[in-house]
Amino acid sequence: MELRLEKLTKVFTNKNGQETRAVDNLDITIESGTLVALLGPSGCGKSTTLFMIAGLVKPTGGKIFFGEDDVTKLAPEKRGIGLVFQNYALYPHMTVFKNILFPLENLDVPRDEAFARVKEMANLVGIGELLDRKPSQLSGGQQQRVAIARALVKKPRVLLLDEPLSNLDARLRLQMREEIKRIQRETGITTIFVTHDQEEAMSISDKMVVLDFGKEQQYAAPQSMYNQPGNLFVAKFLGNPPINAFEAEVKNKKLIINEKPFMTLNVPDGLYDVGMRPENFRVADDGFKTEIKDIFHIGRDTMIHFEFNGNNVRALVDSDTMKVNQKSVSLTIKPERVYIFDKQTGKVVNHG
Amino acid sequence: MGNFIKNAKEFLIKIGNAIKNFFWNIRRYINKFKRKISDFLDKKKINPAGKFPGWAKALVYLSPALIVLGIFTFWPIINSFALVVYENYNMTSDSITGYTIFGNFIKVLTDESFIVPASHTASSAVINTLIIVFISVPISIFLALGISVALNSIKPLKGFFQTVYFLPYVTNTIAIGLVFAYMFKTQGGLVNQFISFFGIDASELSWVETNAVYWRSMFVLIFYSVWSSLAFKIMVFLTSIQGIDKQYYQAASIDATPKGRIFSKITVPLISPMIFYITVTSVIGAFKIYNAIVALFGVQGTPPGANYNLQSIVMYIYQFIDGSKEGQLSVAAAGSLILFAIILVLTIVQMQVSKKRVHY
Ligand SMILES: Nc1ncnc2c1ncn2[C@@H]1O[C@H](COP(=O)(O)OP(=O)(O)OP(=O)(O)O)[C@@H](O)[C@H]1O
Ligand SMILES: [Mg+2]
Repeated sequence: MELRLEKLTKVFTNKNGQETRAVDNLDITIESGTLVALLGPSGCGKSTTLFMIAGLVKPTGGKIFFGEDDVTKLAPEKRGIGLVFQNYALYPHMTVFKNILFPLENLDVPRDEAFARVKEMANLVGIGELLDRKPSQLSGGQQQRVAIARALVKKPRVLLLDEPLSNLDARLRLQMREEIKRIQRETGITTIFVTHDQEEAMSISDKMVVLDFGKEQQYAAPQSMYNQPGNLFVAKFLGNPPINAFEAEVKNKKLIINEKPFMTLNVPDGLYDVGMRPENFRVADDGFKTEIKDIFHIGRDTMIHFEFNGNNVRALVDSDTMKVNQKSVSLTIKPERVYIFDKQTGKVVNHG
Repeated sequence: MGNFIKNAKEFLIKIGNAIKNFFWNIRRYINKFKRKISDFLDKKKINPAGKFPGWAKALVYLSPALIVLGIFTFWPIINSFALVVYENYNMTSDSITGYTIFGNFIKVLTDESFIVPASHTASSAVINTLIIVFISVPISIFLALGISVALNSIKPLKGFFQTVYFLPYVTNTIAIGLVFAYMFKTQGGLVNQFISFFGIDASELSWVETNAVYWRSMFVLIFYSVWSSLAFKIMVFLTSIQGIDKQYYQAASIDATPKGRIFSKITVPLISPMIFYITVTSVIGAFKIYNAIVALFGVQGTPPGANYNLQSIVMYIYQFIDGSKEGQLSVAAAGSLILFAIILVLTIVQMQVSKKRVHY
């Protein structure tokens, strides 16, 4: 089922009348059966957005549509959603079986079918053997799967996950990421996945939304967002090692770096923020010559540090193209991998 | 004038700072002193903490409480065990005529108006107490649970309502008892006025006075003991309900859980340790009921002119406690031990039940 947010806004007002715009004019359409990641730094309004979709938080303005139905004013229990909380919120006094069964007890489901569905769901998430345990007797990863099973067992129209992997160790995260993706594929349920980890978001989602201060920064497929960031914030937020960002002037369609022309660009003259990803640099004899400040050989890749307009810039290049203790290097970068951002608005000027 | 106030203010701040500095320095010197002692002990290779086992240290810390408990609790208990085997103990001459194992227990158990209702009263201390325990405790626990859930869910004037429900707790029991007795007066009592408001003739309806039948007096007594014990229970339940993570309720609401099921499947299990605690302590408290009956019906526990008695076990014991006649103190001791045994057995039963029903 398609999910649509229209000008969704949430303003929290505290006792002394101070206002926090947690979510600001969000306009997003999530296609049926896709997994969309809601990505942004801590406090940018991800949980608030999710809770408004769930109905636990009342929007200050805007509308929420499930398919053609306007559910903005609908109580949470009538929305038919499954929600996995940031810390799972499993009922501590119930066994795993009872936890997963709980949502079905409130529906019109025959007892046999309910039991069968619980077992089927438990097997799908791989906790079929743990049904008699209490949540406190489970590891974090197992608890998380119980939470997913509990959210899915009533066959919700939408599945919402609030940073479900943030409490897990690195290996388990990777494993659960794939697991969630598999479960989502198998069930074909429209899913929103909240995270502040860009790598997690990129690897799991069909599309992702980047938020900052409650405002949508960009909504696109992970790879296209990575290759065509809409603004400086998105460019800086995605990628590890992070993008190099520095100030540079464009004079006569030429990007000036270290007082030399770097490349020809089809943008108006002026001062810009420029972004170049470390891994997009290549070593080439006819490239831009620069002095190396620091060099780290890390197996297959080599990280070199140098200066562009007084800023430290890093490039990640193939180790075969570099010599140990090399003092200077010639680098090239494809023009479509150079991002020019407006200094005032932060918007990208030479893409899209 | 303004200058004076300003100077006075500064002066006060200065004094405040001086006091704070004083305490700060005292702490500094104590710390320094402690460090010196431990350095000294280290140098001499004495390790006092290592020499004494943990339980010995614990005993030292516990000793003040143990001494007080010993004098006022354990010693009397031991004495009551001694008293119970005396025959015809005379307090003034401190003499006995012999020893008996069950004699005093048999005296209590066969005494009319302890277990078996006496011919002229149609009620006994044990029956009265059991009725009060098994009716007033469940009622007050259920009421307290319901009220605390309701109190927890109201938003406006929350503090006001919580104070209102807590007021009976800080009010004297005897005072509330007198108010109750007044409310249930036959002539001009609030309750009878309320009843006659519905067109029922209540002019002869006696609750706590002459002609009050047993069940009516008992009703007032239970009403009273429920009311006076409600406040503390509500406070305990309300605090534990407020400690429940909000996410459980959010999860339940997303799963379309009806209010009743949220209460029985989430709220009650999650505060079950507190419910258990309250149940055990209220059962014990109700078995020891005394002042409520005195407040409503006087020290005899009998409404004027009534042919029955609302005496509780403790009141039964109390009538022997002055020891004016030979052997009475032993009977009181036997009664206390019987009460103790009943409470002990019931508490053990509750503990066993709780193993299945209480989720920690
Ligand atoms: N109940 C509330 N009252 C007032 N302000 C709130 C409330 N809930 C959230 N906020 C504010 O709204 C903003 C967004 O909060 P939100 O919980 O949605 O952030 P988030 O993106 O989920 O962050 P995190 O990644 O840390 O979980 C924050 O600035 C927060 O302080
Ligand atoms: Mg959050």
